[in-house]
Amino acid sequence: MIDFWSSLHPVVQGLIKGLAVIMVIFPLAGACSMAERKVSAWMQGRPGPNRAIVPWFAWIPFVGTFLQRLGVFHLMADGAKFLFKEEPVPGHVNKLYFALAPAIAMMPALTTVTVVPFGAYFNSAGEAIPLVLANVDVGLLAVFAVSSLGVYSLILAGWASNSKYPFLGGVRASAQLISYELSMTLSVIPVFLWINAPGTPGTMSLAKVVEFQSLPGFWGGTWFVFLMPLSAFIFLVSLFAETNRQPFDMPESEADLVGGFHTEYGAFKWSLFFVAEYSHMIVGSGVFTLLFFGGWNPLPWLPLADLVGWLHHATHAAWTLHPLFVGVLSLGIFLGKVVALIFIFMWVRWTVPRFRYDQVMKLGWQKLLPLAIANLIFYALAIALIQKSA
Amino acid sequence: MATEFSFPDTAAVAEFETEKMSLSMGPSHPSTHGVLRLQFELDGEIVTKCDPVIGYLHRGDEKIAENMTYNQFVPYTDRLDYLAPLANNMAYAIAVEKLAKLEVPARCQAIRVLTAEMARISAHLLGLGAFGIDTGAWTVFMYSFTEREKLYKLFEELTGARFTTSYSRIGGLQRDVPEGWTGRVNAFCDQFLPILEEILGLLTRNKIFMDRTVGVGTISKADAIAYGLTGPNLRGSGVGLDLRKDKPYSGYEQYEFDIPVGTKGDSYDRYLVRGEEMRQSVRIIKQVIAKFPDGPWYATDARKIFAPSKDKILTSMEELIQNFMLVTEGPQMPPGEVYFEAENPKGALGFYVVSKGGGVPWRLKIRAPSFCNLSILPKLCVGSMVSDVVAILGSLDFVMGECDR
Repeated sequence: MIDFWSSLHPVVQGLIKGLAVIMVIFPLAGACSMAERKVSAWMQGRPGPNRAIVPWFAWIPFVGTFLQRLGVFHLMADGAKFLFKEEPVPGHVNKLYFALAPAIAMMPALTTVTVVPFGAYFNSAGEAIPLVLANVDVGLLAVFAVSSLGVYSLILAGWASNSKYPFLGGVRASAQLISYELSMTLSVIPVFLWINAPGTPGTMSLAKVVEFQSLPGFWGGTWFVFLMPLSAFIFLVSLFAETNRQPFDMPESEADLVGGFHTEYGAFKWSLFFVAEYSHMIVGSGVFTLLFFGGWNPLPWLPLADLVGWLHHATHAAWTLHPLFVGVLSLGIFLGKVVALIFIFMWVRWTVPRFRYDQVMKLGWQKLLPLAIANLIFYALAIALIQKSA
Repeated sequence: MATEFSFPDTAAVAEFETEKMSLSMGPSHPSTHGVLRLQFELDGEIVTKCDPVIGYLHRGDEKIAENMTYNQFVPYTDRLDYLAPLANNMAYAIAVEKLAKLEVPARCQAIRVLTAEMARISAHLLGLGAFGIDTGAWTVFMYSFTEREKLYKLFEELTGARFTTSYSRIGGLQRDVPEGWTGRVNAFCDQFLPILEEILGLLTRNKIFMDRTVGVGTISKADAIAYGLTGPNLRGSGVGLDLRKDKPYSGYEQYEFDIPVGTKGDSYDRYLVRGEEMRQSVRIIKQVIAKFPDGPWYATDARKIFAPSKDKILTSMEELIQNFMLVTEGPQMPPGEVYFEAENPKGALGFYVVSKGGGVPWRLKIRAPSFCNLSILPKLCVGSMVSDVVAILGSLDFVMGECDR
């Protein structure tokens, strides 16, 4: 099977990988939107969506009703609705850019997924091989570079709508995203300073960060969240701002800008913005997990290799060492952490009020950015001292 | 001023010509709470001019009143401040009773106070929830609506309607309280207080919420008086005027309660005042229920004003005629004019009734608190950001049904 895969033309391989990204991210983002509705309902003491059901499923005893109460069919109903409903384009918009904006929103979201590793397996030599669509050495740099392109879609949407509320939303979006990009980038530099010790080949690869966190020993296996809590905190706050999530959802802020940049959008174009937002959330949570929460390592100081070893020891089954099993296991652990993080995103959204626009900017430039710089300087000095003595 | 924004040195930015933008907020905007429309002139996101446009919900209630008998107008009072119809019903009934120089029995007064305070809680809960939404806290809204639902259940049991209660009649009420109803109100109050603390706890010491509201939309004491503000908006500015204490009606003097007042007059103070008023309302309700008087629940001696009971109408000739006269001619009022204000959830709701005798008012003027409270908007909004305006609107807690009448 591997041979068959390698025999394919690289372009065909790329197309298949691209399709895989879309096939995975779209349902995941859809599931997130469903989860958002269910989580918010849970927090607000109401049942949430629990009506939609496909006829045949309704006949299954217990399971059918359970799925109905869970609201899983609303996901399909929503998707179908967005696809088939009429798509009005207001007469006053710039049609080309108006249609282009949602597409541009999706592009960075889907592109960044390709460089995010989501699991690992061990080859016959016992080396961990990360599961990633494109294991490029620039890794995180590529994520930052591409994901920051997302702001163009918001500006374009706000501008092309040719209407005042979206315009204000677009202006806010551009200012906010640019401001928080800085602190976000600065906050992760200490991580790479730490792993790029002198004498080792320099890398920005996310897989390498995880590899470092799964080294044996106390220092090796430490997750970066324990080593650099401040970095993790700055990164998380910036992540909230970058994904336009409450309390930083200035570009949308439905209370004053109605819908912000997507006020004039409807039907499928609107849902693309929605999917893009959730994709950003998923990718952002993934990167955060990889950087600070040990990626696919189950627990701090417990690398994946140890877990697999113990499993094999306990069961003496050969399949526990099979790459497929290890890959699925690591993927499950990774996704579990991502889901937990997304839950925190939702938890925050449904708990706190929203900042005002100037407060967001003030927080970004006057608090977070100096903090990130101070953090960087502190770790640069500390790492230099530690590595010199070692 | 609402923000610390200051315009940069004009000489330095002279080459960048800026233009002011006009923005119309409403009448169908999520934060204008109904159909208020604000015509802004914006410099960036700073409001330089604010022009409220009202009247989208004008129905001519005052003119309508001149064409119907006194009791027929009661359902129209439901639709003034439609978040506290019970309080409106009461204020209207007391105004007309004052015209007729009619005293209603103690039980009727107690029921009216009870329902008015429940209406206050319900209205403040909505105001709180809507304020939450305006500042981005959705969950507060949902929590407060869960509590309102319980109140609506009680209203429905009492009046037959959840929303448009039409409970008062001139000289009495639509009906007596149902069996065991006061006990259920008491039970509601008991479980409500901890939940209220929980809801307020989400906002009161929340850093983001305080950032959004402290110092935003500050109304000075002098301004509040000059613009004729009433209710929590006035008390938020530090003026302790509450008609329930200052000009007691319907037996409010028998109950013990405190009037919360703010110190700074900003949005946060108005929020705190509303929160405390709910606690005080619960206190009043508990006292009313504790000494719930027996006796008749309508003015038994006012035969030309209050309709006789149904069983009498069907069995006795005199009562049948009396009922017929009341239905066709309306409750008979002496000529004269009267003004009465009640402390409603939104402020002082006043009715000015002019009668030339007979069953129909010659003129009925409504002093709507929301209308007066909104009059300060052009002054209040200038200099604040668009997002601040939303917080200010939420903190003023107005109802357009009452403002536009």
